[in-house]
Amino acid sequence: MGKLTIGCFSSLVGSLSLDFGVKLSQAAVQKGHTVDFWVSSNATMLSKKGQRAFKDYSALAKPLSELFATGKFKATACEACAEARGYGKEDTMEGWIRKSMDWYLASAFSADRVLLMGGD
Amino acid sequence: MATIKKLAFVVRSLPYKTEASRLAFTHAIASQTVEIYLEDGENIEPVLCFIGNGVMNCLKNQQAMKHYGITSNEQHMKNSLLLDLKVMICKEDLDKFGIKEDALIMDAEDIGGETKAQIVPYSEIQKELEAVDHIQLF
Repeated sequence: MGKLTIGCFSSLVGSLSLDFGVKLSQAAVQKGHTVDFWVSSNATMLSKKGQRAFKDYSALAKPLSELFATGKFKATACEACAEARGYGKEDTMEGWIRKSMDWYLASAFSADRVLLMGGD
Repeated sequence: MATIKKLAFVVRSLPYKTEASRLAFTHAIASQTVEIYLEDGENIEPVLCFIGNGVMNCLKNQQAMKHYGITSNEQHMKNSLLLDLKVMICKEDLDKFGIKEDALIMDAEDIGGETKAQIVPYSEIQKELEAVDHIQLF
């Protein structure tokens, strides 16, 4: 089985890039692959705990929790990007790691495929 | 035996309109500390390629600190060259915008850098992209 590293910069609300990234992660994990999911820039919003699900906005806390439970999915938020947006460690959803950008590059080093979804 | 993986950071975005080009710089520069996560002999070799609107990131005299109070992409470009990162700028796209070499940040000599940016035809960038392990578009 392979390892997929996904990086994303887009915001949780205002774009469906993160939705796509999480769906792709689900598909990969279901096939037995492992996924490293990296968020920086506005995408760090995905790691914020306490998100309320409305039908008009993307809500990914539940699928993320399910992905974490598989043990085949790791999600890491850029610490500086999160802090710059006022998301402290105490605001971070369970299961997430917070690291600097070198974590992403190290993940890319051992990945079979890397997919970067940019911001807007 | 050393294992080096090459990562291309291809910048197509305008500076400052979005955070994308800045993220390309900061992620590429993060290669300097990636070894803490890797085994002995393993490393990442980044290459920064500026194409399309992305060549605007390479312009001199950026005033981001003056106008926005943030570090400029010019400073990130110089830091990249100071750290000996390979920087390629697409010649055809420069020509398209009428940008001459003297308008570009080609080195970081003022901060002690020795590496120079390269203005190259797109065919050379393409060759580089074919040789890397992973390509990322910013």
